[in-house]
Amino acid sequence: MAEPIKKVSIVISRGSLEGVYPGLIMANGARMEGIEATIFFTFFGLHAVIEKKMDKLKVATVGNPAMCVPSAMGPGLPTWMGAVPGMSWFATGMMKKEIEKLDIPPVREFIEMIHDTGCEIYGCKATVEMFHLTKKDFCPQVDDIISVGQFYEKSAGSQIIFT
Amino acid sequence: MAVKEYAGKMVELDADGNLAKRTDWNEDVAKALAVEEGIPELNDRRWLVINYMRKEFEAKGDAPSIRKLTKESGVDTKELYTLFPGGPAKKAARIAGLPKPKGCI
Repeated sequence: MAEPIKKVSIVISRGSLEGVYPGLIMANGARMEGIEATIFFTFFGLHAVIEKKMDKLKVATVGNPAMCVPSAMGPGLPTWMGAVPGMSWFATGMMKKEIEKLDIPPVREFIEMIHDTGCEIYGCKATVEMFHLTKKDFCPQVDDIISVGQFYEKSAGSQIIFT
Repeated sequence: MAVKEYAGKMVELDADGNLAKRTDWNEDVAKALAVEEGIPELNDRRWLVINYMRKEFEAKGDAPSIRKLTKESGVDTKELYTLFPGGPAKKAARIAGLPKPKGCI
């Protein structure tokens, strides 16, 4: 039998709702299986841990040819319609409702929960500098702002997953 | 299907090593399963989680999500991971005599 996975490092690089959730679900799922987990937020992924932004993440409706209404098996949304004002707001509302139905918490509560499971949460130093942010812009669950080098050090023995 | 002895009782196990029949479960079997999961003693808090899971399973046919469990049982996420180190949902379900939880959360 193959060696079971013991540790994962998950990179979340996108700041849309559908860009953030997969990484969070994988991190939480890892902890539920007794697998060590670390999340590294980089680029727009940082929005998921910025106090003023984390409750306002939206579904990206522009440039997504897989977008269908009202659900995955419905007709495709013409890509130009993704840019219609209110479309992202509407899609976000729909997705949040479905997420809640599955008992998946909103981003802030999910981050708190994942951190409580013992998962470490880090922000990317290069992005923090690029976006002119400081540690106090982040929610308290962010353990530290670290460089790529430190990320690799902390990921020793991990499977690295980029999302 | 594997058969194994717990607390002097021969019980059938499913593919995950969980009890195949819930009727085989009793508190002594639970204690023996807990020892196997590396938990030498089932204290009140652990029983609280186990009994809550059994009740939920009875009503819904699947183990509760961690979120539901922590909200309704009064045991928070941190404590839950201390009570059942290394995979609380899976371990608590096994000790409770239930199949491995199907949910992702």
